[in-house]
Amino acid sequence: MTLHVEASGALALVQDAGRPGLARLGVGAAGAMDRAAFSLANRLVGNPSDVAAIELLLGGMRLRFVRRTWFAVTGAWGEVTLDGARVEPHTATLAAPGAILALGAAEHGIRYYVAVRGGIAVPPALGSRSRDTLAGLGPLALSAGDLLPLGPEPVDPIPSVDVVPIDPPSAATAELELLPGPRRDWFTDGAWQRMLGDWSVSARSDRTGIRLEGPALDRIVDGELASEGMVHGGIQVSPDGAPTVLGPDHPVTGGYPVIGVVTDASLDALAQLRPGQRVRFRAVAAR
Amino acid sequence: MLAEYDSLEAAMGAFAALDAAAPEGVIDLVPAARTVLVRVDPRVLPLPAARRWIADTAPAAPAAADTTAVTIPVRYDGPDLADTARLLGLTTAELVERHTAATWTSAFIGFAPGFAYLVATGLDLAVPRRATSRPRVPAGSVALAGAFSGVYPRESPGGWQLIGTTDAVLWNEQTSPPALLAPGTRVRFEAV
Repeated sequence: MTLHVEASGALALVQDAGRPGLARLGVGAAGAMDRAAFSLANRLVGNPSDVAAIELLLGGMRLRFVRRTWFAVTGAWGEVTLDGARVEPHTATLAAPGAILALGAAEHGIRYYVAVRGGIAVPPALGSRSRDTLAGLGPLALSAGDLLPLGPEPVDPIPSVDVVPIDPPSAATAELELLPGPRRDWFTDGAWQRMLGDWSVSARSDRTGIRLEGPALDRIVDGELASEGMVHGGIQVSPDGAPTVLGPDHPVTGGYPVIGVVTDASLDALAQLRPGQRVRFRAVAAR
Repeated sequence: MLAEYDSLEAAMGAFAALDAAAPEGVIDLVPAARTVLVRVDPRVLPLPAARRWIADTAPAAPAAADTTAVTIPVRYDGPDLADTARLLGLTTAELVERHTAATWTSAFIGFAPGFAYLVATGLDLAVPRRATSRPRVPAGSVALAGAFSGVYPRESPGGWQLIGTTDAVLWNEQTSPPALLAPGTRVRFEAV
């Protein structure tokens, strides 16, 4: 059982639930950036929720099925077709042998997830099939001509739900929850208030980090920070005062102070932010 | 949660003690120069309990000097060996002698998978980084910076002073653990 990549689009990566627990060895977790969309895609085709799927940035991908195969597309919304017929998002769809799935430009959100029944069964690295774009670990980004092996038929049948009623990712100002970070006290109160204000997502954003454009955040403590452990969702501030929200492929340690940490509940939304989209943060207390 | 300590030694001792008695729900411990990052699953280990565990854990004493050490064979042929010795007011032979006589400990890993920051107690080196970093440092380069020694696990950019080369494999995805010098590992360098 294989899947042919006829066109890979902007950036198509194999991702699963990642490889947490190796940060002490310098290896980050990586894994699907929009975890909810990723696990939903798997559940729709009866897979365990953590098997490898394709994370496609922006669109422009074409996949050809060799056998009858169930698949589902979640995350970003755009024009998705199977042999020219529209494919409903969040719906298990059966592809006939030779059928071509085409994912057009994402119109809502920015990352599609394509799960196929059985999962993408490329060889794992350190216990995971996730590509870590910073460390260069795991399966290479997909390119035209790749043949992707599929895993064995899962135990569970295709679930009987017809459509999962989930709205497309919103283009409105995203409101994300923010905890004070370990170096909140390196910044002025004014900087913290500005952090909670409005930001614009930079086009220079990727799985390593989402850069935010807006006012500079001024520090009280100058001097250098000894490198320390970083987390997905941590907002590190570079010496010029610009914040970056760390993504799943973030460096394991870093030397820029972390002013705040986006809560786990808000992380998935980060994956679907489009360049230029507005973002605002809401301070929450640690639970 | 980020636990903070006064010194590298304290952070190393705390990491060793926390790692030796990690309760269920701890996903990862990431030691660094003055901190240990503790990642927990709050559904298994609630944050207040995790905080209490961290506060109540006494740092472990440094491992005894006779603890088994990984030996790394080194050809002291690095392009910065002579400059580094001169910066320290030593002959190259003296620098090699100090580097091989010391017992090093992997304090933490940073910068790249498997790149261990090694420290040696009693060895008082303060090596400045290179003014301009190299775009390409070959895998197996043995290097110094500040009080640390390190070995590049794979080719990468780098600003450390290169004093030698080794054929030792620092990083292998097929072995467990993949890093030869996981934090807490003791290391000796041997001139070949």
